[in-house]
Amino acid sequence: MLAVDAAPNPWFDPSYVTREWDTIVDLAGEHVRLTVGAVVLGALIALPLALLARRSRWLAGPVLGLSTLIYTIPSLAMFAFIAPATGLTTTTVLVGLVLYSLVILVRNFLAGLRSVPPDVREAAQGMGYGPVRLFWQVELPLALPSFIAGLRVATVSTVALVTVGVIVGHGGLGQLITGGFAANFYRAEIVTGVVGCVLLALIGDLLLAGAERVLTPWSRRVAA
Amino acid sequence: MNRLQDAVVYLNDPFNWTRPNGIVDLLVEHLRISGLAVLVALLIGVPVGALLGHTGRGGGFVVGLSNVSRAVPTLALLTLFAVTPIGFGPTATTIALAVFAIPPVLSNTHVGFRGVDRDVVEASRAMGMDGRQVLLRAELPLAVPMVMTGVRTAAVQVVATATLAALVAGGGLGQIITLGFRQQDYGAVLAGALVVAGLAVLTELALAVLSWAVTPGQRQLPWTRLRVRRRVQATSPL
Repeated sequence: MLAVDAAPNPWFDPSYVTREWDTIVDLAGEHVRLTVGAVVLGALIALPLALLARRSRWLAGPVLGLSTLIYTIPSLAMFAFIAPATGLTTTTVLVGLVLYSLVILVRNFLAGLRSVPPDVREAAQGMGYGPVRLFWQVELPLALPSFIAGLRVATVSTVALVTVGVIVGHGGLGQLITGGFAANFYRAEIVTGVVGCVLLALIGDLLLAGAERVLTPWSRRVAA
Repeated sequence: MNRLQDAVVYLNDPFNWTRPNGIVDLLVEHLRISGLAVLVALLIGVPVGALLGHTGRGGGFVVGLSNVSRAVPTLALLTLFAVTPIGFGPTATTIALAVFAIPPVLSNTHVGFRGVDRDVVEASRAMGMDGRQVLLRAELPLAVPMVMTGVRTAAVQVVATATLAALVAGGGLGQIITLGFRQQDYGAVLAGALVVAGLAVLTELALAVLSWAVTPGQRQLPWTRLRVRRRVQATSPL
């Protein structure tokens, strides 16, 4: 039907990867920077929000409700809302990604904080722990599995979302997907972008899972 | 602020709504593609999820599927079907969206059916129900809330993702945004974003009401959950 079907257009073409290696690495770098930036910024904003939401019951409703509303908004529309203010820059993509990661992170952080047994907190307070030490030495370690679970989900979904950034010209590996589409359905380029995205998501997930193992030696001992 | 005014002007111009390929046309196309995709996902996801949950098999498969699906960029899925012999256009978009919608429907249905109290299943067996009857008359009604949560998640995702189709020459409301970006017309971009976001939020609300309506027994809208739970707590310790 299409003329391209007649020409050789393989799904996998190693020569494409070697030929365009520099471009791929550049785009993957942008992809990683955007993902890491979004998740780190999201975590920095989500933690105080989760602490606030735990403290007061009337704040928890609006915080969770607002974050659900944000997640409902399509990614393309989200970037379109931000772009008129920030232009065709990576900032647009980053702001959108942070907003999405917040949704996941606040929920998981709050669940983690709520999973700390009240008697443990009371015992620590009874031993004279102030709020800061209580958080760092008691609550944070106990809530860590839930925190990391949130970070893992946020990382994986952010890697996938970065691709939508092509609308403002900063989509990381998503650039390859739309680029190949525009270049007469060049499959090798599209597949490289897709496989690259999935690999990045997998690596990020594994790294965080490893970090959890390293940071929570006590749970490892129990499991063994 | 100037661009917001542009957007309001764009949205207030009846011509932008009714012209060929205007907002109304794109909205109809968007809803047709999304509706079809969700329907296909339902027809595949609910029976498979129900069977797997009923028999208690394939739990690992369902979890794995829903995890992997989160890592695959939706844009990629939309593109991949377009470069197969299916070609680009509404068909490829619908198939991609249906594939994308199956994991949430499947996994929620599975969890819903798995979560049915074993005592209830045993009781219905003791009353002489066969496997089919247990599935349809005992497990299904109890699993409906979870199934509907999956449907809602899937439908909202699909409506939101259908906007991305415009990036790869599929149809739908996303076209207003992509066209706006191409023409450097940020008023149109904002207007498109408003329409798309509004549609997504409306979808969420409509389906929340729908799942309230089809849930047998104790009904609750998502936003009334807290109050209901507290009332139950207040009456239970006897």
